[in-house]
Amino acid sequence: MQLLVNYEETAAIILFCIGFSTMMLHKNLIKKIIGMDMMDAAIFLFLASQGYIEGRKAPIVAGGVQSVEAYINPIPAGLVLTGIVVSVSVTALMLALAVRLYYRYHTLNLDEIIALAGKEEV
Amino acid sequence: MKSKMMNKLSEWLTDEASALEREMEASQERAADEDEAALTPAEIRWAQEEKEEEERIARRLNEWTDETGTKISRTLYSILCLVICLTLIVLLLYTVTELPSFGSPDHPINNEVSARYIEKGLQETGAVNIVTGMILDYRAFDTLGESSVLFTAAMVVLFLLRKDKESHKYSPLAKVMHDNPHSDTYYEPKNDIILQKTAFVLVPIVLLTGVYVVLNGHLSPGGGFSGGAIMGAGLILYVIAFGFAKMRRFFTYKTYQFVVLIALLTYACSKCYSFFTGANHIPSVIPLGTPGAILSSGLILVLNICVGFVVTCTMYCFYAVFRKGEL
Repeated sequence: MQLLVNYEETAAIILFCIGFSTMMLHKNLIKKIIGMDMMDAAIFLFLASQGYIEGRKAPIVAGGVQSVEAYINPIPAGLVLTGIVVSVSVTALMLALAVRLYYRYHTLNLDEIIALAGKEEV
Repeated sequence: MKSKMMNKLSEWLTDEASALEREMEASQERAADEDEAALTPAEIRWAQEEKEEEERIARRLNEWTDETGTKISRTLYSILCLVICLTLIVLLLYTVTELPSFGSPDHPINNEVSARYIEKGLQETGAVNIVTGMILDYRAFDTLGESSVLFTAAMVVLFLLRKDKESHKYSPLAKVMHDNPHSDTYYEPKNDIILQKTAFVLVPIVLLTGVYVVLNGHLSPGGGFSGGAIMGAGLILYVIAFGFAKMRRFFTYKTYQFVVLIALLTYACSKCYSFFTGANHIPSVIPLGTPGAILSSGLILVLNICVGFVVTCTMYCFYAVFRKGEL
């Protein structure tokens, strides 16, 4: 069963879909943001699991050993680092926008916000 | 003589114009009278009933679309979401079965790029930690972009949530602040003795751990981002325990701007230097040092410290702006 052999990727996919459905099905803006963060975390888990190689160490040169067979792949780690920083920024931005929407409409329900905004336009 | 004639002419002209207007109004009134006269009272009632019927139908249609329509569209939306989610999960799980086995060395991602980083990274960057050498030397431009993204996000959050003279009129939180100017925050405990004693012990330890992680970024796991996050947590703990008044003695909005701009400028200038020397094949004057020592790996230590400052200030800025609306 390849799904059980690739258990980290499978877990990442399931986490991604939980986050996706949270984002789509909930009306509360904060829950939508939580769903988005879960999707981010799933992608980081997936990327990090891609770089792992069985029985090798983290890419920190110790004892002058510099052969490729000794260390895991360093590239996904760098990509995940970039992703985490951007995800933190995006989360802060989304939360700030949610706070502003709450100040204006006194609700976090997206349907109500859309209805109120539609009435304002008329 | 001439002026008299002009006066008379203008009088005559205006008279003519007003006479024309009067004529038109009179004809309109006559037409309206004729219309009403032509309709019998029964016809008028019939027309009114028809109008009311139309309005009733329109109102019922509106109510129907408001209630049933939104219900139907909501159900449709949920069903569509579930279908999309299930399709996505099936497709992605199918893709996972096609991936190479987890942890296998012959994964196509383990190609000559990672081999190059591992085999030559220490000699070329001087950093024992290959990931740090990669993100702060080979891909340093990308990391500058990351720090700028953090700075931009902090600026936008400040722009969205910053308290001003008018804000207490529309924001409840700002109104609480406005009405009680001496309360640090309305909801959180003030001068909590347990929190203050704990913070008194913990804040220096947390800050020192952050400094250690930043300065050891090229030797051990860590670096500017993780160390900066730890130091930001230390600052946040300090401000929770002792309040903004004490924090403002050494950290204000101006400090934030100054520190972050200096850090980003230092980063950009030092990277400009290494790009310039590298592109023109000039040997860099910055020694790489012995691998494993604190003062080694050339510019990476400086860049780590810059990134650490940016992240520390940004974390604290996020907290302060979300809690209070200002730094």
